[in-house]
Amino acid sequence: MEYEVVIGLEVHVELLTKSKLFCCCPNRFVAEPNINTCPGCLGFPGVLPQLNSEAVRHALTASLALNCEIALYSYFDRKNYFYPDIPKGYQLSQFFVPIGSKGFLIIEDDNGKPKTVRIGRVHMEEDAGKLVHAISGNTSLVDYNRAGVPLIEIVTEPDLRSPGESRRYLEQLKGILQYTRVSDCKMEEGSLRCDANVSLRPMGCPDLGSKTELKNMNSFKAVEKSLEHEIKRQRDILRSGKEVITQTLRWDEGSQATIVMRGKLQAHDYRCFTDPELAPIELTEEDVEKARAALPEMADVRAARYVNEYDLPEYDAGVLTSSHGLADYFESCLELYNNPKVTSNWIIGEFTAQLNSTGLEPDQCSFQPKDLVELLLMIDQKLISGKIAKDVLAKAFQRGTSPRLVVEEEGLLQISDQSELEKVIVKVISENPDSVENYRGGKAKSLGFLVGQVMKETEGKANPRLVNELLLKIIGS
Amino acid sequence: MKLYEKTAADLGRLFQKKEVSAVEVVRSFLDRIEKVEPYLKAFITHTPAMALETANEIDNRRMSGEELHPLAGVPIAIKDNMCTEGLRTTCASRILENFIPPYDAAVVGALKRVGMPLLGKTNMDEFAMGSSTENSAFFTTRNPWDRERVPGGSSGGSAVVVSAGMAPLALGSDTGGSIRQPASFCGLIGLRPTYGRVSRYGLIAFASSLDQIGPFSLTALDGALLMNIIAGYDPLDSTSLPESVPDYPLGLEEDVKKLRIGIIRQNVSKDFDPEVTAAVMKLVSILEENGAEIDEVSLPLTDYGLGAYYLIAPAEASSNLGRYDGVRYGHNAGGDDIESMFSRTRGEGFGPEVKRRIMIGTYALSAGYFDAFYLQAMKVRTLIRRDYAIAFNRFDLLVGATTPTPAFKIGEKTDDPLQMYLSDICNITDALAGLPSLSVPSGLHSNGLPMGTQLTAPAFQEGLLFKVANFLEQKRDPLPRWPRVELPEGGLQ
Repeated sequence: MEYEVVIGLEVHVELLTKSKLFCCCPNRFVAEPNINTCPGCLGFPGVLPQLNSEAVRHALTASLALNCEIALYSYFDRKNYFYPDIPKGYQLSQFFVPIGSKGFLIIEDDNGKPKTVRIGRVHMEEDAGKLVHAISGNTSLVDYNRAGVPLIEIVTEPDLRSPGESRRYLEQLKGILQYTRVSDCKMEEGSLRCDANVSLRPMGCPDLGSKTELKNMNSFKAVEKSLEHEIKRQRDILRSGKEVITQTLRWDEGSQATIVMRGKLQAHDYRCFTDPELAPIELTEEDVEKARAALPEMADVRAARYVNEYDLPEYDAGVLTSSHGLADYFESCLELYNNPKVTSNWIIGEFTAQLNSTGLEPDQCSFQPKDLVELLLMIDQKLISGKIAKDVLAKAFQRGTSPRLVVEEEGLLQISDQSELEKVIVKVISENPDSVENYRGGKAKSLGFLVGQVMKETEGKANPRLVNELLLKIIGS
Repeated sequence: MKLYEKTAADLGRLFQKKEVSAVEVVRSFLDRIEKVEPYLKAFITHTPAMALETANEIDNRRMSGEELHPLAGVPIAIKDNMCTEGLRTTCASRILENFIPPYDAAVVGALKRVGMPLLGKTNMDEFAMGSSTENSAFFTTRNPWDRERVPGGSSGGSAVVVSAGMAPLALGSDTGGSIRQPASFCGLIGLRPTYGRVSRYGLIAFASSLDQIGPFSLTALDGALLMNIIAGYDPLDSTSLPESVPDYPLGLEEDVKKLRIGIIRQNVSKDFDPEVTAAVMKLVSILEENGAEIDEVSLPLTDYGLGAYYLIAPAEASSNLGRYDGVRYGHNAGGDDIESMFSRTRGEGFGPEVKRRIMIGTYALSAGYFDAFYLQAMKVRTLIRRDYAIAFNRFDLLVGATTPTPAFKIGEKTDDPLQMYLSDICNITDALAGLPSLSVPSGLHSNGLPMGTQLTAPAFQEGLLFKVANFLEQKRDPLPRWPRVELPEGGLQ
């Protein structure tokens, strides 16, 4: 029998806020345990939560970017359960009314056709701490640095039909959340976490089969692999006439297999009720429209514009818009320098190489758009060659000085002085009589060798076009 | 008249005239505490050194000519569910027996800024769950009017401290009567302010949507003076309200002409002790004689109030008390694994009434019961609010008895939780509606015990409550200011 794969994804994303969701503790990773904590996020008696409005703005932005309907009136509820990593004995989460609902994303299906994936809800909640199990003995320690960090959970409807679709959904989601600066979405650091619900059903059957839940995938590739593995496992079970047991499985990266985590999906009763210590979140239509207007142009729209307006190849447009920062950098350059393709070449090539080697974001480095434009103008004005310019960019980037200063300090100005170049050419000719003869004898290649020798003598500073011209004049006639 | 017999306002006047020092005043109260506290047991923690230090500092500042708050140097005691930085805060529970908060509650900060010496932390029912202080994990506090009787609760310790002259003022908290009921049992003014009027930051939560901090005092003026200090918006409490705070003592002397007063039929019930109802009607007649317009009003949802309250408050409590797991602070009983550590810690740490309410609340919130219990109770709460809104279209103020009877005997109701819950029957509905409500002494019962009349006003009308209470203080038959504390070795104190 043929089976249809049904997948739904639950993605938790840490929001890029200055402080935690309900207290003033900084929201950033530190290695030392329990540093970013206060009586509030440690759940001390009597301490009350204060809602971080920056987190609400991020959740609103994400909901709008994911095409959700926005709840103008929402609130936080308590999910009650006992575990040492939740300091209050409950997690504050938008259980009854999520800030965003009924959204969607359009992805490519396995045949390259557009497909709509429905997003059931986007809601805010607080993260838990982390249990650290001692290597020896039977004690565990708790690190509450992460407790109270703001998250949004994004839940799809069971609309995905393959591991590939699931990966593409995640890639698209990540792009949007990074683009809107809602999250950095670093899966390996845990700022994006994904659980998958997967089940199989006979082709054409409207009812859903028994599902399993997959956890502990720490890369998009792992999501894809674990889904492939789990689909095969379920298909084998069903084909052998047995039933899939509803359970939670853990992806084991080492053995590339899923391992049973909990024998059965435990029927948690979280005894949810609305938190009585927080005021409701009240948004106005105006707030929503303001947030909508502030949404950045999304990557795909922007890339299309680059192709249409600037005549860039799709590859260039794709790379430039892969990050919000790079695309902003590109556009800032264009305001000062009207050659999109040349600008794109330099950004995609040398500039990105520097970013990669330093780990900086475009807006963090001192080499600003005006510096790149200064460099490009020096090339246009033939003050430096393209080859030297690469070197200048690297030095200016690393030293934090302007390209012009690097050129001046290192004496890299291109030699365009005819008489000076003639001297060098005469020297090269006299040292390479064979090549001169060969050229005169019809070997055009030899001219290139001679030009190269001139460039070598001038340490690359000679204007190559002028060298060519002068050489021809001297030896060609 | 000894210093410890004076009201806070009188002490303030003596300070301003420099007739007495704060240290002398604090010493007078400390002496009084030494004499009567062993027989009443109102304090969990005494802080005489701290009180003297504050008093000394206030005296120095006053000597140097600094302009100080009228209550600077007037000592106070607070219920042991308000966090005090560096000072044990137990909630009268084993689970927090050795808990030392690293922060002050907002109200504690306010008292410190004014310079009110703290005499100690008062006894209460564990986690404020109870009506008699018999649920304290440590000991039962005794009523100074009759040591065989309870002082009421849960803020029983605070009521006794003021009633017996161990402090001129005290703070309590009221979730469903925990200020007004003991005020009534001990012959005091006790105010439950509008929900959101006083910051709950640092108040250890019982039921967050109901808890409010308020003053115990001998007079309406003293209560008004203390409210001036503790009322106001606090950004750390999202449920505190930004309405500006009036100067409460201002207008206290106004008369009650044309005041429209509704007698809540359900709170002068035939089932109540007839003397209690008669005392209420006596006060009402004083108001009527002085120009107030009196009529009866029915709050039909009152019958459902107690039921709704005993679902909502325990539901919130079951969640609020989830944090006491021994992991970060408080009692930890150890165990072989997480589950046994949790259950042993909580099993040892909580007393029977707290466990009962955690069970009720957990049940009310559980899947399958949530709609029938918790949600239904929340609907009743909405209807109760509407009951009051309708009543306040006709009336400026509602009155009734604070409690159906005067103070009951120690042990009388401990075996019957429902009877215990019923002692708060008059205090529940206005708490559910978030309204300000004050108990004013209405006379002595033939058995010698104080009785109280409860005044309830629209939101933010605490000033009106103080005004009417002050008026009644002036016009009613004088009450004995002091209970005669009978000491076991004979004689009265």
